[in-house]
Amino acid sequence: MYTKLVMAAGALGVAGLMAVGGPQSASAETDYIAKYGIKADAPGMCSFSSIDAKDYSGHELTILTHAVPVMGEPAALHSKQFEELTGGKVNVVHAPFGELYQKVMIPFQTGQHVYDIVYGGSYWIGDWAPHLAPVPQKYLDLPEMKDVTPAYQGVASWNGQRLQYTVDGDRNYFKYIRPPFEDAGNQAKFKAEYGRDLEVPTTWEEYAEVATFFNGWDWDGDGELEYGSTEIVQRDNIAFSNFITRVASYAKNPNVTGGFWFDLDTMTPQVNNPGFVKGLEMWMAALKYMPPGGINFGIGEEIFSWGGGQSLMSVTWDDAFIQAMQEDSPIRNKILVGTKYGPSMGSKKVWNRVANTWDEFETPSVAPYVAWGWGAGVSKYSKEQEMAFDWFCFFSNYANTNHDLLIGRFGVNPFRTSHMDPAYWEKEAGWNTDVAVSYTNMLKGMATNTNRVFDLRVPGVNQYYTAMMASVSKAMAGEMSAQAALDEVAAEWIRITERIGVDVVREAYKNVVALEDNVSLSAVK
Amino acid sequence: MIDSRYKHIFLFPALLVLVAIIIFPLIYTVRLSFSGWDINRPGLDSVGWSNYARAFVDGGFWNSMGTLYQMVFFCVLFEYTLGFGLALLLWKQVKAGRFFRLLFIIPMCVTPVVMAVVWKTIFHETLGPLNDILSWFGISGVPWLSEATPAFISIILVDVWQWTSLMFILLLAGLMSLPKEPYEAAQIDGAGPIRTFVHVTFPLMAPITIGALVIRLIESSKLMETIYAMTSAGPGSATETTSYLLYIRSLREFQIGYTASLSIIYLVIMIIALALFAKLLSRALIGRSEART
Repeated sequence: MYTKLVMAAGALGVAGLMAVGGPQSASAETDYIAKYGIKADAPGMCSFSSIDAKDYSGHELTILTHAVPVMGEPAALHSKQFEELTGGKVNVVHAPFGELYQKVMIPFQTGQHVYDIVYGGSYWIGDWAPHLAPVPQKYLDLPEMKDVTPAYQGVASWNGQRLQYTVDGDRNYFKYIRPPFEDAGNQAKFKAEYGRDLEVPTTWEEYAEVATFFNGWDWDGDGELEYGSTEIVQRDNIAFSNFITRVASYAKNPNVTGGFWFDLDTMTPQVNNPGFVKGLEMWMAALKYMPPGGINFGIGEEIFSWGGGQSLMSVTWDDAFIQAMQEDSPIRNKILVGTKYGPSMGSKKVWNRVANTWDEFETPSVAPYVAWGWGAGVSKYSKEQEMAFDWFCFFSNYANTNHDLLIGRFGVNPFRTSHMDPAYWEKEAGWNTDVAVSYTNMLKGMATNTNRVFDLRVPGVNQYYTAMMASVSKAMAGEMSAQAALDEVAAEWIRITERIGVDVVREAYKNVVALEDNVSLSAVK
Repeated sequence: MIDSRYKHIFLFPALLVLVAIIIFPLIYTVRLSFSGWDINRPGLDSVGWSNYARAFVDGGFWNSMGTLYQMVFFCVLFEYTLGFGLALLLWKQVKAGRFFRLLFIIPMCVTPVVMAVVWKTIFHETLGPLNDILSWFGISGVPWLSEATPAFISIILVDVWQWTSLMFILLLAGLMSLPKEPYEAAQIDGAGPIRTFVHVTFPLMAPITIGALVIRLIESSKLMETIYAMTSAGPGSATETTSYLLYIRSLREFQIGYTASLSIIYLVIMIIALALFAKLLSRALIGRSEART
């Protein structure tokens, strides 16, 4: 019922947008449309006209955001609009992703007021929480906010409070170039080689076969060699997300509650259990069907490689998919996402850490990874909190979000229930129906799946992730076995947990377990 | 005679700047190294020597130190050899000498991280031009950044490309300041160019050589931006230097206290290593007696 109500509210919002020159003051709305290049000024507390009615003359905001274009460009664009509408001053400071954390944490830890608004990975919430101002109720009551999917409402919350203002939703999912799968010649050759029909893979084992088959030959006839799969593997370049996607299929068991990363009761790291080891072994083997140099691919290379048609399949963020659907893309409307079982690869065998055995499933068990997404919040040290929340409210109003979603380089990805309407993508983005349906089915699959994996999100998450990827990278480079690498990670995680405090990490981790197990925080023991 | 007290007054501003810029951060780092400043424990508490005890068993730190020394050795060796060669070429009056001098110092003027990104593209295995060019000579598919040894060599190549310029400038300035008399004497004695270089130029350049090598050793040991942009210390840990590790430990992981202890250990080792190196080099190039003076 709740979902239906939210869908209805979202549909109203989108309908409001699409109905250019709707019920609001026609002349004023037309001005905003002409001046700011939006489709329509959806009515509400955060609309262009409502924000225009506010006067922040003499007030100043400082925003720390990512470098242009990802998040940095929309932040700069909407700040300029906000300045023009309110008379206030907005300073936008851009920083590369690698510097955002320190630029936020240094003033936070020293209690200094430097930035009113900060952007970063939403998974840093465990570190940020003590320093963020809770989102006031009047913003939580907005239709735009109620339209945010429950998963992303959860991602923005900490200990029952909404601390991050949701401006983005991210996820890791499977995407592929469709024509090679439909080619009769490829189908015949594949059947001859593997003894089964060429189909879109549903497990990592099938993925490996398909990727191997399409690896190292010119299957699109452009005179260049193509490859099986592109993923983000480069150490310290958010490769942890690809690792998580890979291991989740084998290690996130729908029959087991109480912790994917740790056993919440004992706080024993699970990162070296057989499920994780199997996932890493499969990833190590995957290097054989990636483009040359694939081990050094960061997100830029991944977008460039898969988006340029260099490889058949990929498993990463929306950014690569949305970029590949831009009008100048060589693979626009030739791509689809997800499998018949869910947003990403599944597994018919999943490790049960309680029973210490592999559970078998008739159809692949899928464990989609809600891969952090941009998190943003208002510093509790800010003296301009009202203006800051209004800025967020304006930034993510229906008009701006629906504008930003269509621009791949902006990095603003679906996070509302209303974003799951295929008609929006068809009409506004010009996507073919099958692509739009495939994409929104994936979004719905991600929203309804109850076996999801979330980031670790505890204080010191960067220590955990850096330690994890330092050893995983050694395994990927052939310096050590998967088991040895993950044993090294587990040992380091125990030391990190002891340093930070076992009880501190356990209390924080309950927030993650609540998301993983789809229960309220109070239900997590 | 001017009262000697005045000179202390005139020295005071410089001393103040020195304290503010060098001494205070150093003392503060030492203090930090005895604190447990971490992500959830900000502040200058006291944890005794525990950070140092942890550092001595931190395999990643010592491995990064080993990688750094190897990298620095090859970087400085090639930069010195090439820089000296180029300086010798442009020492005498040559056609378009000013143009070449300008050309050779351009790499040094470019921001390292920008050049690292450019080089990363050049080294790209399928889309970069380097492998295309090499394929004309029958060499194909060099895994520049995806295997340990080529990645290590790639980092050295970029550093050499960028910082040979500095060595060139320092050594060219040295060559241009050499006295003419020893050369006139060598000419009268009938020495050829090689003998003149071995017995006149090289010994005369020894003090400048030592200075240039020490400057580059200090600078190379901070190698970080190139690695950050090109390999993120990978593949595996093949290109992880100490500066990169300290950056990750401090500003990514926010282990401020612990990283301060690593920095102090690193600083002490570097000071000892450089002092020993300079001493040994002085003895080798200038001679035991002169080195002592």
